[in-house]
Amino acid sequence: MRFEVNGEPVEAAPFPGQCLRTLLRETGRTEVKKGCDAGDCGACGVLVDGEPVHSCIVPAHRVAGRSVTTVAGLGTPEHLSPVQQRFVEAAGFQCGFCTAGMVVTASTTTVQEADEADLPRLFKGNLCRCTGYRSIRDALAGRGATEERGVAGGIGRAVRAPAAERVVTGREAYTLDTATTALTHLAVLKSPHAAARIRRIDAGAALAMPGVLAVLTHEDVPQVLFSTGRHQNRLEDPDDTLILDPVLRFAGQRVAAVVAETIGLAEAACRAIAVDFEVLPAVFDPEAARRPGAPLVHGDKDAAASRISEPTRNVVAQKHGELGSVDAALEEADVVVSGSWRTARVAHASLETHATRGWLDADGRLVLRTSSQVPYLVHAELCRILGLEPDRLRVFTARVGGGFGGKQELLTEDLVALAVLRTGRPVQYEFTREDEFTNAPLRHPKRVEVTLGATADGVLTAMDVDVLADTGSYGNHGPGVLFHGSHESLALYRTPNRRVDAESVYTNNPPSGAFRGYGLGQVMFALESAMDEVARRVGISPFELRRRNAIRPGDPILVTDADEETDLQYGGYGLPEALDLAEAALAEPGEPVPTGPDWRVGEGMAVGMIATMPPRGHFSEVRLTLDADGGASLDVGTAEFGNGTTTVHAQIVAELLAIAPDRVRIRSSDTDGARYDTGAFGSAGTVVAGKAVHLAALTMRDRVLAAAGPGAALEAGGVRTVTGLRPLGGFAPLETTGSADGTPRGLAFNVHAFRVAVHTGTGEVRILKSVQGVDAGTVLNPEQLRGQVEGGTAQAIGSALYEEVQVVDGHVVTRTFRNYHIPQMADVPTTEVLFAGTYDDLGPFGAKSMSEAPYNPVAPALANAIRDAIGVRPFELPMSRDRIWRLLHP
Amino acid sequence: MGWDGAMDLPTLTEVRLPASRADLAALSSSVIPLGGGTWLFSEPQDHLTGLVDLTTLGWTPWEVRPDGGLSVAATCTMAQLVAIPARDDWCALPLFRQCAESLLQSFKIWNTATVGGNIATALAAGALIGLGGALDAELVIWTPDGGERRQRVADFVLAQRVTTARPGEVIRSIEFAPEALAATTAFRRIALSPLGRAGTVLAARRDRDGSFVLCVTGGTTRPEVIRFPDLPAPAELAAAIGAIGTWFTDPHGAADWREGVSALLAEEIRQELAQQEGSTPCGSR
Repeated sequence: MRFEVNGEPVEAAPFPGQCLRTLLRETGRTEVKKGCDAGDCGACGVLVDGEPVHSCIVPAHRVAGRSVTTVAGLGTPEHLSPVQQRFVEAAGFQCGFCTAGMVVTASTTTVQEADEADLPRLFKGNLCRCTGYRSIRDALAGRGATEERGVAGGIGRAVRAPAAERVVTGREAYTLDTATTALTHLAVLKSPHAAARIRRIDAGAALAMPGVLAVLTHEDVPQVLFSTGRHQNRLEDPDDTLILDPVLRFAGQRVAAVVAETIGLAEAACRAIAVDFEVLPAVFDPEAARRPGAPLVHGDKDAAASRISEPTRNVVAQKHGELGSVDAALEEADVVVSGSWRTARVAHASLETHATRGWLDADGRLVLRTSSQVPYLVHAELCRILGLEPDRLRVFTARVGGGFGGKQELLTEDLVALAVLRTGRPVQYEFTREDEFTNAPLRHPKRVEVTLGATADGVLTAMDVDVLADTGSYGNHGPGVLFHGSHESLALYRTPNRRVDAESVYTNNPPSGAFRGYGLGQVMFALESAMDEVARRVGISPFELRRRNAIRPGDPILVTDADEETDLQYGGYGLPEALDLAEAALAEPGEPVPTGPDWRVGEGMAVGMIATMPPRGHFSEVRLTLDADGGASLDVGTAEFGNGTTTVHAQIVAELLAIAPDRVRIRSSDTDGARYDTGAFGSAGTVVAGKAVHLAALTMRDRVLAAAGPGAALEAGGVRTVTGLRPLGGFAPLETTGSADGTPRGLAFNVHAFRVAVHTGTGEVRILKSVQGVDAGTVLNPEQLRGQVEGGTAQAIGSALYEEVQVVDGHVVTRTFRNYHIPQMADVPTTEVLFAGTYDDLGPFGAKSMSEAPYNPVAPALANAIRDAIGVRPFELPMSRDRIWRLLHP
Repeated sequence: MGWDGAMDLPTLTEVRLPASRADLAALSSSVIPLGGGTWLFSEPQDHLTGLVDLTTLGWTPWEVRPDGGLSVAATCTMAQLVAIPARDDWCALPLFRQCAESLLQSFKIWNTATVGGNIATALAAGALIGLGGALDAELVIWTPDGGERRQRVADFVLAQRVTTARPGEVIRSIEFAPEALAATTAFRRIALSPLGRAGTVLAARRDRDGSFVLCVTGGTTRPEVIRFPDLPAPAELAAAIGAIGTWFTDPHGAADWREGVSALLAEEIRQELAQQEGSTPCGSR
């Protein structure tokens, strides 16, 4: 059949059952993204004869004789359409994976002619996980606050992302947006049982199918235990995983993998594999998992070798400690508050699913192009598992379509590596949206019991915390999330007597992993709720309670171990200002209270504290080259997934070399490029990689000035010397390096406050006012930083009110966006983002990290506001309408 | 060249583009009718081997019946449905848009999704099932023997994803009687989020003779139709809601909440329709 794409004729023969999205991508239109393949997210949006459709649910045969327009047909980076221009000016994207669909939808006359108030309805089919939608609404309304990149310098300015024009026109290539000759596809047969052992597996019929190249089973993989969770120090995660394991510990776990010429063939071959399962007893309740007699999920492991705390009790990690005497202090306390709080499983829901494409390069070296936050860590671990020399493997990323911690994992790379080595052919393994819910790690659900004791003046005297985390069937990030989660959340308050009992346990539920905030948010939900209750009982404002009890410079930063050695410092202390900013903003009016007798209004707040870098080392080593044209080229290992680090790195170099940010060329996240980077997690992109960039640029500046002679100075246009202005490019070639090791670390504070109205008849929660006071140190890029805070707030509103990956007997029920509600434009209020005027002694130009931090205080602030409104405290996330309704109608 | 992995419908071996009713003979339990495809293509359908694309039959999207009623073709899109122009004697027309807006999906899906597909899919939250139930709309179903049968929408849907349709049957159209179209209507819905998938949907009408029909969908496993000869008293209506026994729990709401908020919304509907009592009949407006 024939049809047109962006005015060009296309001849194609779609197979029966093919959808328009895959046909368009097959013909090279990779600007059409896959977000869900279910018509829910809108990333695949195109126009067919001018009408907007979701191309993933349009049967391909229907476009015969018709004209398709993609985002790339609307404009080019050089000649942006008016809508694309507005998305650039308003910074209306972060990772940018949803942007093609956003721009296409925004370009329709329906949207062009719509009132701004109607936009939430018109955009309910376009999901963005990064921005929180404010910047998108600004783009739609033509409000832009960013600056051009052509002016020298950069720090403190709202410089646009280097990729902005490419993102809004669909030209920026993500993981799978590239052509590979003779590509084959990998599909995985998933376990139907939550606990089983493979007695026998017969792949004969599958192997005999035409187009099938290989079938991999547990008999084909190295017997090397590892963890999918990746850290700088690989010993932080337990070695409990095999690429393919004869023992299956969760429903959906890999049983076998098929490599075939097409994905359809690979899936058909999976269905042809005969497996004889011995179903084993399973345990799903984390409380039951540590009782005697419970099925042991990793009972076969050696505790020391695998670094599992107590495999005989299903405990992967534990921490117990007491400072002072909690029981005695509670006995004497004027006020005692106690409760047990629960948080849900949450999915990262990055719009780009996990995916890897691998091949052998001309030298026979294995190359992996992957959607990862940690390409260097993936490289190191794959070399270990597969016994490869480091120079026989290259791992790199293109722009990554969102991460949030979900891509600090090794989930697709191992199978692709094995399949390429087995077949010699290029191989692709792409998660479906369903895989993201069933096979990618989820946020750890936690049960947190808190008891607080205080004096009648509201001075804390005792803190007793008991944490139980469900790490699921594998321990990736289990110890880290447990230990980190119980650290800054509790260290925030000066309390002479404290006790912590924390355990993370294996169950036969899907694996939990790293998620924005890394365990802190779950504990803060409990502790900040309990703090709110203390304020109520004492009769002071919750802001005042924090002022009386929060640590301040000079206080030790500790949990229960008074002798703990720490590299944490008060690099800049912005808590008092953040508290004042949020308190003052909350006192201002917001949205009006809805009319009707059933609405109750309340206010609430909560505080989050977080270390500005991950603990125990985070390394980055960058290379900066001065080019003859007066620009600079930067090799940096950290990945860009919407966090905006590329923009900030360009700004840092531009500032120090007095050149425009658009003169800085950045190559990132490639083990063939920069020497090393631990990875884009723990909010390290600015404070670790950015610090290394800062040092490389400082050295570059010093060397240029030294070469230019005494009295020289850098200025826009070149180097001012005694003999006049010399072009910077005249000092090329020049190469410098910079490195950072992630220590010492500082502290950042976020204070969120809400005013809400709650409908007593339905349980509906309306946010009337949302403010966050942010202690970010120097603000390097105000629009980007605002976007990080808004995006973190929106994601947290999702976890607080809507999101729960529901699992019944180990089987995930919520496998699509239509059944797992991430915030739409209609769900996210505008949040006032208020920056404290702090300066951090540790970060580049005085900046702190600010990616995870904004997420953490949101859920407890919302819970406290709901409590204030209805007089009943919510103890469970999400605080969905049915749960709030039930609190009101017990 | 390879670009991508697809989540297409790889088990299909053919998609037929019929030119006439005779071409529907290929339908079976594994070869099924394709409407817009917005649901069929949104989930794996590994049990299917073929589709027959009804949209190539060229059915007129909607027609006024000789008796002043309305016949809507199964292949009429949501966009075409909400664009049916107002008529003095079709007071119920606003309910069409209200139900279409209740669809989880955006206005873009309206260009592809069809009326027949929405009903045949028989999701609890099927937007047009509530519309058909409240207006006592009747389906015209083509049977494989070349005949047809008629059945009310509310009776056609038996449970989630279960209808009375047998293999080979095709919904041809949905018919609205003039009496129902002349009724005054009211509509309420609520979800766990402002524009999320419905937790419960209540669509109601009051005929010129005063009789009251309320159809509850979204939170019940099948459409529940409540009838009173006249506007019920609050307690009567509450008792009728309380007598519904098919509330269910899923990610879009718990059964007890669905029942509780349905009682609240039903009472709102009752009051809204009561306020219109004695106002000018719709047809003469």
